[in-house]
Amino acid sequence: MRRVLPLFWLLAIFTLPFWLRDQYFLHVAITTAIFIIASMSLNLLLGYTGQLSLGHVAFFGIGAYASALTTLGFDVELFGVVHVVHTPWPAIIGFVVGIIVAGLCGYIVGKLSFKVRGAYFVIVTISFAEVTRLVALNWVELTQGPLALNNIPPYTLWLPGRGEYEFLDKTTYYYLVATVGVVAYIVIQRLVNSRIGRAMIALKDNESLATSVGIDVTRYLVLAAVISAAMAGAAGSLYAHYVKIIDPDIFLFIYTVTMVIMVITGGKGTLAGPIVGGVIFGFLPVILRSFAAPAVQWMIYGALMIMIVFLLPQGIVPAIERYATHWKRRTTRTGDAVPANSEAREK
Amino acid sequence: MDELLQHIVNALILGSTYALLGIGLTLILGIMRIVNFTHGELYSFGAYAVFALQVSMGVNFFAALIIAILIGCALGALIEFMLLRPLQGADIDTTMLVMIGAWIFMQNGELLYWGGVSKAIITPFSDEPLQIGPIFVSWLRIFVLVIACVLIVGTYVLINRTKLGKAMRATFQDSDTAALMGVNIKGIYTATFAIGSGLAAAAGALLGPVFIVTPTMGDLASLKAFAIVILGGLGNITGATLGGFILAFVEELGAGYISSGYRDAMGFLIIIIVLLFKPTGLFTRAERIG
Repeated sequence: MRRVLPLFWLLAIFTLPFWLRDQYFLHVAITTAIFIIASMSLNLLLGYTGQLSLGHVAFFGIGAYASALTTLGFDVELFGVVHVVHTPWPAIIGFVVGIIVAGLCGYIVGKLSFKVRGAYFVIVTISFAEVTRLVALNWVELTQGPLALNNIPPYTLWLPGRGEYEFLDKTTYYYLVATVGVVAYIVIQRLVNSRIGRAMIALKDNESLATSVGIDVTRYLVLAAVISAAMAGAAGSLYAHYVKIIDPDIFLFIYTVTMVIMVITGGKGTLAGPIVGGVIFGFLPVILRSFAAPAVQWMIYGALMIMIVFLLPQGIVPAIERYATHWKRRTTRTGDAVPANSEAREK
Repeated sequence: MDELLQHIVNALILGSTYALLGIGLTLILGIMRIVNFTHGELYSFGAYAVFALQVSMGVNFFAALIIAILIGCALGALIEFMLLRPLQGADIDTTMLVMIGAWIFMQNGELLYWGGVSKAIITPFSDEPLQIGPIFVSWLRIFVLVIACVLIVGTYVLINRTKLGKAMRATFQDSDTAALMGVNIKGIYTATFAIGSGLAAAAGALLGPVFIVTPTMGDLASLKAFAIVILGGLGNITGATLGGFILAFVEELGAGYISSGYRDAMGFLIIIIVLLFKPTGLFTRAERIG
């Protein structure tokens, strides 16, 4: 069963375009998948190290802008002295550049902000996101400011025998996003079940104890921030080359809130949590938009967020796991049922 | 030189309302340990309350101002009673998520009810500005400065000279011991949240006529209030007052002499710099908690 289940989910993910013929639903599936990747990266910080980063959208936006600018090229003057001209590169390099730049920003932000914890960490991360938004808005020479970066070219892939292949139609783009998503999932799964992941969880549970047994807390936090930021940058790049236009509104705080809602609804600190939460909050607008105005939709989001904290403080996935364990115990009556958590799956 | 003087006068007026916002938040964050994301919503609600009282009920501007502050207090008490009291003892992240939810709910409620078009509040003050030498100040702005200063002094007296203030300070220092000494902690929390919210509503009601009223005006207000609290130190009213004026001066001078586009970035740069070099805030020696 434990071996079959991942294969089943993989099959479900990759056959989705066959039974979801509607182009609009496929579009929702793509944006949802992109946000799931971003939420998974946030979950690494929020769920596994316990640091609530409310500036996560900054890395998403930086990845998007870096990727788009690499692909489009730019021509800026720095401090009126240095003239930097960049000629357009293929989008696939933009993807890599987006990841690297976002990861670097994650390193810098992590180095600076992990000096403080709790509320102060949250405020520093929000400030960082707001500063990046204002830079994107005001550095018109580079980012076009509120005019937005337009006509971002699609990813191209050189295939033997078929030449340049452009990721233009929705089905192929869905496969691309799904592949990146699965890779991101595997990276996180490997990471949290490794020595590094155990150190992260240890410092979340009790930071002073973790320090006392010799875990270099700041180093692991910065590492988590870098990986998390790089992954969010990848999601941002996928987003930029999908919608083909990005403006400074990509840095709005509301996108961070969307990611946070996805993570805590699904269950922070669980591998499946961001996916479950992402699917719910990715497709909820589709259901709500038929009868509710955007303002009402957001009111429902806000109310749901409060209700989840009150009713399911651990999120949906842990609640289901607890229920499943309970149910298994009742049916087998052996008393030592296998706990349905990730450690057991590894053995 | 004239330009500089004008900037300084503008900064003083803006700073007084920032100080109100900052004091409200520093009380809530300091005493209750709650990262209050609804603070900015109370600010915009204060402005909308004045607008609604004026337009739909024809209430006089000064009366509307007082009623708006009282409604702000009541709304704050309601939020505390409904959302925060059941979560007493929960960790700071949990309450923060609830406050974010409440913030989204309130902001979109305002958007739904009043629409996205910005509103203007009419005041009885004449459009003719007061001229002192080379400086021009509108009468409305002078009124804002005076009322804000009255409220700041009032809060200061409330915290330092009354029994309620004493209980609040005791709760800030050590809530368990305060409870053992017979302080009604739950009551103190409700009072703190109501006072803080009332001050935010006051700031919104005062700045509403100066600027324009939109549903999203509270977002930056929340973040600026956080900046002020970090500058001044947790639970430090004097620090928050000074922090408010410092932020206003930096913004005003930065916008005037560096770049107006980065006006709102100044506050965030201050946050980042202060937390890196003096994480306890500028005016306190206490340890940074949390």
